[in-house]
Amino acid sequence: MTLIHARGLVKRFEGFTAVDGIDVDVQPGEAFGFLGPNGAGKSSTMRMIGCVSPPTGGELRILGMDPVREGPKIRARLGVCPQLDNLDLELTVRENLTTYARFFGIPRKVARARADELLDFVQLTERADSKVEPLSGGMKRRLTIARALVNEPEIVLLDEPTTGLDPQARHLVWERLFRLKQQGVTLVLTTHYMDEAEQLCDRLVVMDGGKIVAEGSPRALIDRYSTREVVELRFAAESQEPFASKLDGIGERVEVLPDRILLYVEHGDEAVAEVQGRALSPAGVLVRRSSLEDVFLTLTGRTLVD
Amino acid sequence: MFYVLEYYLINYRRVWRGSVLSSFILPLLTMLGFGVGVGAYVTGGVEGVPYLDWMVPGLIASTALQVAVGESTWPVMGAFSWDRLYYAQAAAPLRVTDILDGHLIFVVLRTLLSSAAFLAIAAAFGTLHSWWALLTLPIAALVGLAVATPTFAYSATITVDSYLSILYRFGVIPMSLFSGVFFPVESLPVLFKWVAYVFPLWHAVDLSRAATLGVAPAWSTAGHLLYLALWVAAGWLLALRQFRRRLVL
Repeated sequence: MTLIHARGLVKRFEGFTAVDGIDVDVQPGEAFGFLGPNGAGKSSTMRMIGCVSPPTGGELRILGMDPVREGPKIRARLGVCPQLDNLDLELTVRENLTTYARFFGIPRKVARARADELLDFVQLTERADSKVEPLSGGMKRRLTIARALVNEPEIVLLDEPTTGLDPQARHLVWERLFRLKQQGVTLVLTTHYMDEAEQLCDRLVVMDGGKIVAEGSPRALIDRYSTREVVELRFAAESQEPFASKLDGIGERVEVLPDRILLYVEHGDEAVAEVQGRALSPAGVLVRRSSLEDVFLTLTGRTLVD
Repeated sequence: MFYVLEYYLINYRRVWRGSVLSSFILPLLTMLGFGVGVGAYVTGGVEGVPYLDWMVPGLIASTALQVAVGESTWPVMGAFSWDRLYYAQAAAPLRVTDILDGHLIFVVLRTLLSSAAFLAIAAAFGTLHSWWALLTLPIAALVGLAVATPTFAYSATITVDSYLSILYRFGVIPMSLFSGVFFPVESLPVLFKWVAYVFPLWHAVDLSRAATLGVAPAWSTAGHLLYLALWVAAGWLLALRQFRRRLVL
């Protein structure tokens, strides 16, 4: 059964269209991502899937049900990790889980047992009886994820799960989410980090301006919309623009950004040799593999994080 | 709805000792200050009873107002704008009415607790003239709800807490001063009399006073109750509308 099914889904706010007719299908056990810059319509889509925002148009079915008429029934089977933490700062770490479990009608005894299991899973057992307030950002986020799992949900919705965390905390969150994925939990996440999408998503859609501009696995998207490698050149000059014309003919495509020039090529080292053969001496040269960032740049002409 | 109430009770468990203590201390100080201090100047009493006995039922109702409004301002605004607790609840299988009603019931319980503490102190000072005085508790709950519901609506509308002081300046303080708590409404000029009649507090004060003194209220009992119920109903509808606006985008 398709867990999430959307056709021509639209969300309009006064005078502005946040989601502009998207088609999405999410299958059980999948890790599905919405990748796009801020304002692409990812969070609006997530709120519609989370049954706290009625669609303006189109068709939406979650777990085979209508989110407008059967919201509470669907929400009972979803886990939601919002973009901004909304933990109770005054309660203890454990109480945050047990009180939230009660909103799902879970018996107290079961709630306590499950809270202990989940604290172990997100590595917060030692902080179980401390208040939430003094926890670090990464710990709070892990607690929010644990809270989203308290009802043993069939789908877990994660809105920007690692935004605002330091690299170490991000890796810890990714590792836990990866474990969940291995346990067969369906994950739906939004992100504007291409590395996050590459790490976690089996399949993703790239969103821009409320529309889906591409869909596929991270690998397939890169193969289709970008070259194998990318050469990043930085010239020590006010503007990178004048150097672009001198790079004509090297690689498949040249992209000029404010601070650097990207050369899309099959073999990076050969391209670098050719650049140097033209008597150009960039201040910085970097050869790397193509990423989802390049896919986004190719599709929209803009960078993801701005 | 009861799951939401349970949540607030668990939260209250942390602070109940301090809260109960202050529920007793405030009326105790008031009793001493007004009863012994001001009461000594008001010789001959009011309407045939000692000033303290006359004022106590008003203070019970006015305490209900203070507690109910206090619990409906920052806690409600904060649950939208600061810790976003309502959004966490909305993601669970609760309906907006569950979120609203669960919190309202908690506010009514807090109101009842403070009023009961005041009533107990008042009894200890021998200011209650009748067993009807027990009725001040349901009256406190009703007036608490009558002010809590519109305050919920207001707190759910604003996003900056400095707007809350407007509510106190133009609502709570005039209501407390001109609703017959400290002096009879009859001694006021016409304009201020209407402040008393329009706001909910005076209706509860008049009923409470009738209860503790064991006399008939100045206005019809049914009229008072219906008017307070009207505030509850209108406030609840407004609160639900604002809660929906914020939680269902």
